[in-house]
Amino acid sequence: MKQHLDLYLTLLKTSIISQFQYRVAHLFWLLAMMVEPVVYLVVWGTIATSQGGSVAGYTAGTFAAYYITWTLVRQMNIALTPYAFENRIRKGRLSNELMRPIHPIHFDMSYFMSLKVVTIVLWLPIAGLLWWVFQPIFTFTAWWQIPAFILALLGGFVTRFLCLWALGLVTFWVTKVSAVFELYFTIELLLSGRLVPLAIMPAWVRDISQWLPFQWTFGFPIDVAVGTLTGPQVAWGLAMQAVWMLIAGGILALVWPHAVRRYSAVGA
Amino acid sequence: MVYVRLFWIFLRVSVISEFQYRVNFFVQLFQSALALGTGLVAMSLVFSYTQNLAGWTQPELLAVMGVHIIVGGLIKTIIQPNMNRLIEDIQEGTLDFALTKPADAQAIISVREFRIWQLIDLVLGSVVLGYAISQLSTSLGWLSALAFAAAVLLGGLMIYSVWLMLSVGAFWIIRADNFLEIFDSLYQAGRWPVSIYPGWLKHTLTFVLPIAFAVTLPAETLARQLNGQNLLFAVGLTILLLVVSRLFWRFGLRHYTGASA
Repeated sequence: MKQHLDLYLTLLKTSIISQFQYRVAHLFWLLAMMVEPVVYLVVWGTIATSQGGSVAGYTAGTFAAYYITWTLVRQMNIALTPYAFENRIRKGRLSNELMRPIHPIHFDMSYFMSLKVVTIVLWLPIAGLLWWVFQPIFTFTAWWQIPAFILALLGGFVTRFLCLWALGLVTFWVTKVSAVFELYFTIELLLSGRLVPLAIMPAWVRDISQWLPFQWTFGFPIDVAVGTLTGPQVAWGLAMQAVWMLIAGGILALVWPHAVRRYSAVGA
Repeated sequence: MVYVRLFWIFLRVSVISEFQYRVNFFVQLFQSALALGTGLVAMSLVFSYTQNLAGWTQPELLAVMGVHIIVGGLIKTIIQPNMNRLIEDIQEGTLDFALTKPADAQAIISVREFRIWQLIDLVLGSVVLGYAISQLSTSLGWLSALAFAAAVLLGGLMIYSVWLMLSVGAFWIIRADNFLEIFDSLYQAGRWPVSIYPGWLKHTLTFVLPIAFAVTLPAETLARQLNGQNLLFAVGLTILLLVVSRLFWRFGLRHYTGASA
């Protein structure tokens, strides 16, 4: 345990320093990512206003709160794309990582955590600007909303990270995987609350997404921040995150030894 | 005339080499179908709550979406691959190979690559557009069809000019691909008519990256009515952008040092 903690601290430190060198590139990239939520926000804000103030319980102000929080959750949600495995396997890059006495997932995890530190610093002024332009309305009902949001945000990241890592392992058996991933990301876009808040979706879609991991990693933390959830609902969401972490982590632990045995690098 | 032949030769070579990878056709088809499906879901969600979006009816918005897919397909077929290659060549110093050829360098760097499988979007977009028009009450004359074609062409040329200027930035800034990231995401905003956006974004999408001219205007000429004044303005802006980007290209070229220099 202590060994892992030391590893994380060291990796985080070096990675943060090296990522700050590319701050301008990160800033451009962050700005580019703001267009998507702004488009959704404008469309749904326009509809809310034209429908006499609100759609499915959302006003222009709560839509603004939803999509501004969206920008933070989206950043926190970024994890290793399963496409990366193609590169690692085909070019044999995995060989180096397998030589180390620690599971390669820890290196990925700490890398993406360091990325968050850099992007959150750059995100703050952009969020301020969005706040000023769109005038969001958050509902603050209880003190626990803030710690619950932070917990949900971190839980969402870890859950999505584990799911994508597990999904990436498909690459060890199938060579043309892009169609699988493409489909996964489309379903995620629709069912996570990224395209629209799930409250906008028809009831049957909400019923289905209840049993999938997507909304717990994305829409759920946003709803906690916006203040549309009751205490028991928040507790349920956090529990669902834990369940999905266990499922994805379990699959990982089971499949990884077999995946490594499948792997044969060039020259190995 | 020589340039038409040049264009033709490059096109043929690209087609031949792309036909080696026929599986990519299906990969692309799958991707385009997913993107179209997502767009249709978003639109049906919008219209399950309202009859019109800031004055735009469903068939009108569908027409905008169709044009967005068509123009996006054109960009990904010819503009984007050529500009990516230009940036790569500037970074690596291999632009020499284009510059030393006995033809205008700008013409060569603009037509070296074609991604023909991306033309699937042209087909899908046309289907969407055709369906949208059939749902509209207005009848289509040859005049508005002609105006539409002209508007798409002008829009394409404007996007090409702006993209060329951004790519030329690579002569100074090595990581110019970051600008393109922004272009890509701003283009997604063109799925909806530019007029629904707040002023600052509308103006960016009109004058900085002319997506209003490339997508909204052609859709308007078909789905609403032909606005001669806007079209004329588009002609003027296209000429201006072509000239400015040409000058900027030549200015940037002077900063190029090449691979062996």
